[in-house]
Amino acid sequence: MTAPTDYAHLEDQFQARIDAEEKIEPKDWMPDKYRKTLIRQISQHAHSEIVGMLPEGNWVTRAPSLRRKVALLAKVQDEAGHGLYLYGAAETLGAERDDLLDELHSGNAKYSSIFNYPTLSWADIGAIGWLVDGAAIMNQVPLCRCSYGPYARAMVRVCKEESFHQRQGYEIMLTLARGTEAQKKMAQDALNRWWWPSLMMFGPNDAESKHTAQSMAWKIKRFTNDELRQRFVDITAPQAEFLGLTIPDEHLKYNEETGHYDFGPINWDEFWQVVSGEGPCNRQRLKARRRAHEEGQWVRDAALAHAEKRRQRQAAKNNQKVA
Amino acid sequence: MSEKKNWPLWEIFIRSKNGLNHKHVGSLHAADAKMAIENARDVYTRRMEGVSIWVVESEHITASSPNQSESLFDPANDKVYRHPTFYNLPDEVKHM
Ligand SMILES: [Fe+2]
Ligand SMILES: [Fe+2]
Repeated sequence: MTAPTDYAHLEDQFQARIDAEEKIEPKDWMPDKYRKTLIRQISQHAHSEIVGMLPEGNWVTRAPSLRRKVALLAKVQDEAGHGLYLYGAAETLGAERDDLLDELHSGNAKYSSIFNYPTLSWADIGAIGWLVDGAAIMNQVPLCRCSYGPYARAMVRVCKEESFHQRQGYEIMLTLARGTEAQKKMAQDALNRWWWPSLMMFGPNDAESKHTAQSMAWKIKRFTNDELRQRFVDITAPQAEFLGLTIPDEHLKYNEETGHYDFGPINWDEFWQVVSGEGPCNRQRLKARRRAHEEGQWVRDAALAHAEKRRQRQAAKNNQKVA
Repeated sequence: MSEKKNWPLWEIFIRSKNGLNHKHVGSLHAADAKMAIENARDVYTRRMEGVSIWVVESEHITASSPNQSESLFDPANDKVYRHPTFYNLPDEVKHM
C-alpha cells in the first residue's frame, strides 16, 4: 500500500518528469489514472485502425485497376499493422489483448465514429484516403511526441506509413475530378458525405471535451481538438479548391484577419448519435468484427495445439539424447 | 475470467541492414517462434525495414527495475576520468 502523502509525492515527481519532457517507459511509476487514460486512448486508437479496414475492404475486389487494387490492399494491410503496433503498446501498460478485444466486440469500447459511415462509391476510397487519413495524420503527428514512450514510438512508425495513404486517396480524387462529368460528380458526392464526419474526427469542441486539460498536462495530447480541427480545415480547403470541388459548407471562407478559414457549425447531435451506436453502419461493423474473431478461433486453437505438439516432440528428442 | 489459452507475446528485434545492431521494434502474439518470425515480417518489415529478425518470448526477458536504476547506474556517475575531456593537454599537441 502506498500512503496518500507518498502517492501525492510520487505524483509530483512524475509530473516533474513530464514537465521536463522526459519519456515514461512501461516499468516506470505512473499514476493509475495516467495508465488508465492511456490504455483507453491507445486501445480505442487500435480498434479504430482495425475497424477502419472494413469500409475500405469493401472496395478491394472492385478497384477499377490493378494499380488501384494493389495500393488499396497495401493500405488496408498497413491499417492492420497500425492496429497491431497499438495493441502492443497498450499491452506494455498491463492490458491483455483478449480483454481489449472483448471490450470492442461487446460494444463497450469506442472507436473512431467515422468508420460507421458506408462506402457507397469508388470515390469514397479517394475521399477516405484524402480526408480521413488526412485528419488521422493531423491527430497522430503530435502523438509522436506523446509522453509515453511505446505509444510515441508506435506513432512514429504509423506516421511514416500514413503519408502514402493520403497521397493515394488524393490521387484518386484528382483522377476523378479531371475525368468525365459523371466521375467529377462522383468525387463531389463523396466529398459531400465525408467532409463533416471528417471534421468530427477531432472530437468535441474544447469546451465540451472533459479529458483535454488532464491529457495536455500529462503531454499525452499536445494540441486541443479545436486547434487540430482548424489546422485541418486550413490545409484541406486549398486542396479541395485545387481539385475544383466544393466543400459542402456555405460558411467556409478565408478570414484575412485571422489568417484561418472560418467554417460553419458542426452537427454534434449526429456525432453523439453515431458515437452512441446509432450511426448508419455501427451494427454491421461490430458484426463483421465479431464474426471474424469467432471464425478465427479454430485457427488460433489449432496453431497453439500444433506448437505444443512440436514442443513435446522436441523435448522427447532431447531426452533421448541425454539418455 | 475464461480459461482461454492465448498465443504468447514475443518481443521483436530487427537488423535494418548489415553492419547495424538488431534493435527492439515492438511486440506481437504468435503460437511459436516460427510464426513469430513470419508475423514480424508482415508487421514490422513491410517496406524493407529489415534484413534479419530476432524473436524472443517476452517472459524470457529479465529487465532491470527503474526503482533500482540509481544504485545500478550511480557507480558510473562520478567517473569523469573515463572521458577524454578530463585530461588537459596543450593545444600544440595534435591528433589526440
Ligand atoms: Fe492507420
Ligand atoms: Fe491510414
